[in-house]
Amino acid sequence: MNKANVIQELKALASEGMPEEPEVAAVAEEAAPEAEEGGKAKKAAPPEPRKNGLLEVDYARRGVHVDVQVAADQVVRAAEIVDAAGMTLEAVTGVDWINDKELEVVYDYAYTGGECFRVVVRARIPRDEANIPTITEVFAGANWHERETFDFFGINFEGHPQLEYLLLPEDCDFHPLLKDFKGC
Amino acid sequence: MSSQALSQNNERFEVNLGPQHPATHGVLRVKLLMDGEYIVDAEPVLGYIHRMHELMGENRTWAQFLPNMGRLDYLSALSYNLGYVELVEKMAGIEVPERAEYIRVITTEMNRISSHLLWFGAFVLDLGGFTPLLYAFTDREEILDLLESVTGARLTYCYYRFGGCYNDVEDEFLSGCLAFIKRLRARMPMYHNLVTKNVILRQRLERVGPVSAEMCRKYGATGPVLRGSGVNYDVRKNEPYSIYPELDFDVPVYHEGDSMARYMVRMDEIEQCMRIIEQAIAKIPSGPVMAEKVPKMIKPEPGDYYHAVEAARGTFSIRAVSDGKNQAYRMKLRSPTFSNLSLFQEASKGMLLADALALMGSLDLVIPEIDR
Repeated sequence: MNKANVIQELKALASEGMPEEPEVAAVAEEAAPEAEEGGKAKKAAPPEPRKNGLLEVDYARRGVHVDVQVAADQVVRAAEIVDAAGMTLEAVTGVDWINDKELEVVYDYAYTGGECFRVVVRARIPRDEANIPTITEVFAGANWHERETFDFFGINFEGHPQLEYLLLPEDCDFHPLLKDFKGC
Repeated sequence: MSSQALSQNNERFEVNLGPQHPATHGVLRVKLLMDGEYIVDAEPVLGYIHRMHELMGENRTWAQFLPNMGRLDYLSALSYNLGYVELVEKMAGIEVPERAEYIRVITTEMNRISSHLLWFGAFVLDLGGFTPLLYAFTDREEILDLLESVTGARLTYCYYRFGGCYNDVEDEFLSGCLAFIKRLRARMPMYHNLVTKNVILRQRLERVGPVSAEMCRKYGATGPVLRGSGVNYDVRKNEPYSIYPELDFDVPVYHEGDSMARYMVRMDEIEQCMRIIEQAIAKIPSGPVMAEKVPKMIKPEPGDYYHAVEAARGTFSIRAVSDGKNQAYRMKLRSPTFSNLSLFQEASKGMLLADALALMGSLDLVIPEIDR
């Protein structure tokens, strides 16, 4: 497996449709000292939701090598990229960022054919319109993981062959890992 | 009887495979569509002992969540303990004393042997051989007694702490482990003569329930299932943690991909576990078993953290999201048998029901871990 290729392809995918922003980055650098002078005012502001793009993160600290955020309609292509590299799907899960009014869908991929390589692909979708395409066509094992994520977060995986409750009772009407879940 | 079966020229019928009573072990239901003795479709139905551990992870502190780790896979609870404490140590930057690392490896591997012994007994029991279970339980009992003497528990261990272990082990425990290994080594040929070489067992397992390496990859199967399909992948080797890099052991790999291959992988792993324990006991240094400075209240930096360990059934990993508070914002538990079982529906198509049970037994299911 060629790690560099996977990283490059994911990077290209994540930056698709995104404007190149070198100037903005420069402005941000200049702005930084000012904000420090401002002191607490900057700290009080809530952190911005992460923008799409690729990060090579500190493996020793975070436990993954590559962390990429893509648009919701790109998750299938991201799955195809890691599938072509011979990687396997470890898990699909969600995170409820209720303050940003967004849900995050997280895909964990690992390479089992040799040297350890872990990739996490994530996509953010609006909380009130939680739709994302299924990746069961690429990884058959995603079937149950996506059903579990549907159980816990109510995320609709479009095109899933059998989007029914898996772990929760078939007649339940709640999604327990949503942060506004108050018990049943 | 379903209307499908009653219609003319259609011998297909539905069967539910149990048990489903919450007090029984292995509460799994499989919805079978049968054509005579052959399986047309087998859909596992999960959730009978779902307890929502992931939500519990979000509403208690990092330390308070530790006892939950003994209640996922109750047959190899220490691997799960280890995965969780290592994750939190990674997040909080806690250094673990060397003696504690050795104790962790010794106890985890003892637990792995006991898990494989129980699987061996229960698997042969599923196939209709009652006696081997009793032999396996006498050996497993010795391990439980040994682990009870250090951890205080027989099944749902909660022995490791952030930064070390709850207490030190005595020399009697270490010598007891060595005596047990001597005993089990002498008994392994008996197991092989009694069971592995048994012609009935071989005919029930060889070429039954083949699972290809590609199918494992598509479904995310790990552990002995993956290694029985010819893939040399073990988190202890490929993504080393704790003191495993300092120990010399082999990863058993079989290429046939049938139920017999998975059986052989686990039997060989018992031998490798014994090697690991012997080396660890020979090398164990003296010293403290707890790190000196462990913060009482753990508040990791915001962000995502991921950690994987090799449990008895495959890769157990945790994805924790911290928002800087003393509780997790999200705690995802990735259990190996969840993925291992998910390939059953595809792998069992067209099989005889009796053979499918051999396949299912060879996947080594622990339902509380699948349902979480």
